[in-house]
This record gives sequence, structure tokens and C-alpha cells, in this order.
Amino acid sequence: ERLVRLGAKVIIPTTLNVSGVDEKHWRDWPVPPDWAEKAIRQMAAYKSMGTVPTWTCAPYQTEYRPKFGQQIAWGESNAIAFANSVIGARTERYPDLLDICAAITGRAPAAGLHLTENRAGQILLKLQNVPEEMQNDASFYPVLGNLMGKLAGNKNPVIQGMNTTPSEDQLKALGAAGASSGAVALFHIVGLTPEAPTLEAAFQGNQPQKTYSITKNELLASWEKLTTADGEELDMVVLGCPHFSMEEFKQLDSLIQGRRCHPEVQFLITSSRNMVALAKQSGLIEQLRQFGAKISLDTCILTTPMLPNSTKRLMTNSAKYAYYAPGLLNTQVVFGTLTDCVESAICGKATRNEYL
Amino acid sequence: MNEQIQGDSIVSGSAKGTILFSDEPLSFWGGYDQNTGEIIDRRHPLSGQIAAERVLALPFSRGSSTGTAVLLEAIRADKAPVAILTTGIDTFFALASIVAAEMYGKPIPIIALSTSDFIRLRNGGQAEIYPNGAITIHQANS
Repeated sequence: ERLVRLGAKVIIPTTLNVSGVDEKHWRDWPVPPDWAEKAIRQMAAYKSMGTVPTWTCAPYQTEYRPKFGQQIAWGESNAIAFANSVIGARTERYPDLLDICAAITGRAPAAGLHLTENRAGQILLKLQNVPEEMQNDASFYPVLGNLMGKLAGNKNPVIQGMNTTPSEDQLKALGAAGASSGAVALFHIVGLTPEAPTLEAAFQGNQPQKTYSITKNELLASWEKLTTADGEELDMVVLGCPHFSMEEFKQLDSLIQGRRCHPEVQFLITSSRNMVALAKQSGLIEQLRQFGAKISLDTCILTTPMLPNSTKRLMTNSAKYAYYAPGLLNTQVVFGTLTDCVESAICGKATRNEYL
Repeated sequence: MNEQIQGDSIVSGSAKGTILFSDEPLSFWGGYDQNTGEIIDRRHPLSGQIAAERVLALPFSRGSSTGTAVLLEAIRADKAPVAILTTGIDTFFALASIVAAEMYGKPIPIIALSTSDFIRLRNGGQAEIYPNGAITIHQANS
């Protein structure tokens, strides 16, 4: 609001991250009204500066997706990792408040990951004897991302030895996990991501500062650490961190055909208003409603205080939700695959296919 | 025994307090309660510790971009560390302090140290921080 009073306007295309509240549905949840009011004021302030109200943590899955080599200035840790690593656009890891300054000035410092030489890999993560079925498991990418963040800290990791070809949403999960357990803003996967056609290219001819072998055991340990709950009690399944994509809506749709969520388990999906509107046009929302799912728009459980105090046990397929929920929401969390989450929601208790 | 360390003053200021040290990075968003000053990342070695009014030594900030907003709010509410010491320059912490100066007139010192100097903080003690980035560590019983 201070920037607005000073007359600030953005001078380059500027997408917005999640808001602090779902304007349409916040009254369905125990959101404190004064919180909602302030969040709506903040939304109005951002909009009045000429931004695009995308309200999503996955702006790379909108029409504003940047291109390879483009210089951008992004906040939102998972979006930074995705833009740099998967697209090859160039952004430093910008904190909140600096991002809007870049939008107003149209300038970013010629430093950090904007410059080619700082985009070289620094540490090597070598997958060794990781069974193919483990690499094909839906949990592989968030679990690997969680480990990657721990090992890489604020360095650029390079992953070598991947036998599978991940989907875009799997890369999104990998980056989001690594930007939660660590400060990963750029990762390379040899033979897969745009700046890593070869190992030499990923490191720009430099030697790795450190090399780690990643075996089945390290991945199992990382998988275990994502769960903090014991037992099977379950209050809520929550999906969509980062925000659910069209492909993810489709996958979920195929798992819930004609089925119903257990009456004592809440089933929540977080996404943006635009993505949900697209999913609705494709006929993917009606069946979700019949299943018993709720959808929250433009925000998530971590950015809006919306969960009832009685919600103590969450289950999710997101390493980022799993990472932050215990501290931010004082809940216990079970990490599982999308299939595990759906089956658990139906039977009313947290059950998982063991990770190998 | 007193020890002297010379750091780089990223945001300059004076402060005094008990050192709270970890060699594991922290995300302030999801990891720090701006209303109480408690470290709430349940996977962090400092989980449950109160960092408010202490000199917090962390290698760097990890995780969320909103860490800056959380630290800013903690400074406004007087629940922030009195200073933050890192290895290398951490823009997230620096920006929060710069904006706190602009909006509330109360920045906290943010000091960048070499890795070898940073490790010298691990035994805790009392730290006194000077505007030029110099730090004096007083350790009882040593």
C-alpha cells in the first residue's frame, strides 16, 4: 500500500504469486475475518500496480511461461527452481519485496544466476544402482528433491544417472522439494534439462566441488523423513503444492471414477482460479465434487490460516507441504503417492504402498 | 576469554546478545514464528529454541522467498534476533533489515563471515557487534 500511495506501477509483465486468501470460499473455512480483510487489501494493492492477477505459485504453467534464456526476476522458491532449471530462463533467487521492485523498475542486478558463469553445476549427485522401479515410482521425484536440497544447500546440483524421463509435473515436484529442504535455485539433470546436454556442459567444464553417490538407501531415508506421523489416523488429504495442473487434475480424475471420499476425511485441492476454470471446462471438476473434494483457489493451506484446529493429521503427495506443515500448521503429516492419497481418503486411514 | 572476529557489515548496526548457532540453513517462512520468535522448523536442530533477542548464526537462508516478509514482521513485532550472522552475503536477511529501516526505522545488523570465522561461533557465548562488522565473543568458563 505504501508503494501504491507513492504511485508505483509495474513496467514489465508481472505475474502474481498466491494470495493470502481465497476471495470466493474463505468463509467455508475458519479463516479469521481480519486476516481475510488484510489479504484482500493486499490483493487490491498488487492489482492496482498493473500486475496480472495469476495468483499462483506455478506461474510457469500459465500463458505467462517464460522462454529459454529470458531474463526474469521471480520470487517463490519452487517457481525460481523451475524457471531456471526446466525452462532455462534466468532468475536469481529473489525474496519477497525485491520482486515487486524489479517489476516497478524493470531492472534486475547483473549478478547471480542472470549470468552464464554462475549457472554452472557445482556439486554432483550420482544415482547409483537405483532400481528402475524405484525411479518409476511416483514418489521418486519429490523424494530425490528433498535429498537434493539437503545435500546441495545453496549450490547448483547436477543429477547424473537418471533412467526415466520425468513429466513436467514431476520436475515441478523435484524443484519444489529441493527449494524447501535447501536453497536450490537451479539444478541440472544430465541429458534432460536444457543447460545440461552433457555432464561437461552442466559443469561448464569445471570439476564438481563435491560428489555424492545416491543409492536406494539414501532415497529410502529421505522418503522416511518426509513423514512425521505414526499410525493410520487421517483428517485430511491435501494436494496441489505447487498448485495443481491440468495434467494432475486428469490423473486424479482417473483414480476417483465413481468413488467417494470417506465422510470423516476432508479432501482438498489447491490451485489457481484460472487452472480450475480450465479443468471445469474439461469436465474434471464435477466428478471431484461428487467424490467429496473441496477446491481452494489462489492460495494454499500454508499461506492462509484456514484449517480447523481439529485437523491434526494430513496426508499429501507434496514434499513441500510435508516439509512445512508440521512447523507452520502444527500438524503431523504422512507423505505418499497420489494413488496412496486417494486410497487413504476413501478408506479413511493413511495407508501407503511401501516405497519399494 | 574474548575472541575477535571481523565480518563484512551487510546491514550496519550495533547489537549485543547470546549466540544461537546452527550450521544448518533455515527458512524463516515456515521455520520462524514472527509472533514469538520461536524456531518452528520441526526438522531443524534449533526447533523449539527462541531466537528473539539473540544473535542468530546461520550459514544462509533456505526455502521460501517469503522468509524476508516473516523476518520483517518479526522485527516490527520486536520478536526478531538482535543480529544475524551468516557465511557469505544472504540477500533475504539483508533485504528484510533494509526494509525494516525504511518502514519502521529499526534495522538489525546483518554480518557476513568467512566459513572459518563462522565456525568459531559454534560454542556460543555472548556476542557484541559493532557497526564496522567487528564482533567480540565473550565466553564464560573458558
